[in-house]
Amino acid sequence: MAIIIEQPDAPRSRKGAQWEKRAWIFMRASGIILVFLIIGHLSVNLVLPEHGVKAIDFAFVAGKWASPFWQAYDGLLLWFALIHGTNGMRTLVNDYTEREWLRKSLNIALWVVAATLILLGTLVITTFDPCIDPNVHNYLPDLVCKG
Amino acid sequence: MATRPAGTLYRGKLGMWSWVLHRITGVGIYFFLLVHILDTALVRVSPEAYNSVVASYKTTIIGLAEIGLVGAILFHAFNGIRVILIDYWRKGAKYQNQMFWAVLVIWVVLMAGFVPRQLSHIFGA
Repeated sequence: MAIIIEQPDAPRSRKGAQWEKRAWIFMRASGIILVFLIIGHLSVNLVLPEHGVKAIDFAFVAGKWASPFWQAYDGLLLWFALIHGTNGMRTLVNDYTEREWLRKSLNIALWVVAATLILLGTLVITTFDPCIDPNVHNYLPDLVCKG
Repeated sequence: MATRPAGTLYRGKLGMWSWVLHRITGVGIYFFLLVHILDTALVRVSPEAYNSVVASYKTTIIGLAEIGLVGAILFHAFNGIRVILIDYWRKGAKYQNQMFWAVLVIWVVLMAGFVPRQLSHIFGA
């Protein structure tokens, strides 16, 4: 098996260099944003509620997503965390895979997974309907459900 | 007298181990994130589907594993800040070792707050 080692002083293509630089900057910018988002996320869902993780159920989510603030918050967390995580995994794949076809396949798989889950997650947040719970008025008394 | 060469195996110090730990925690968080997006997506299916899956998060074993998850996230978060400071702060590289200890101190303080709270939730009524 031939392992191709790049000439260390060979310049990257202009396009490739731009992409890697932007990815590098994105990891740092999104990282700072994610530190705040994740600490807020863990506090509000695990630490502050009286029974912590045991307080989480459909009603808990419906209560949060009744507010556009928490919809936007969770949407931002979804996008930033998944792109940050996927790009981090891409770095590992590039570092540890030796076979070029495997490296390319894993990277394609990573971005397909990311795109699918971002689409799924965004749709779940934006089309969420608390009215699918017949007991919704026990915890959201002012909610108007059609039909 | 000449000293013996140190051999070719790279023996990094804290800088290397923090890098290793950053990668391991990152991978762990990534795979949890995939699962977590899928379990949350069940709120779009039915209250029963979501509640039954979230019930597994409330078990003792997953509750304890969650301490590991939060520990990984907090290390990755604050070590990430350290990496940014190494890159952008003029004296970042000089103080990377001290910043690693600062990361650990912040981590211990936050975990000291989180762990008792989480344990009381898991084992509380």
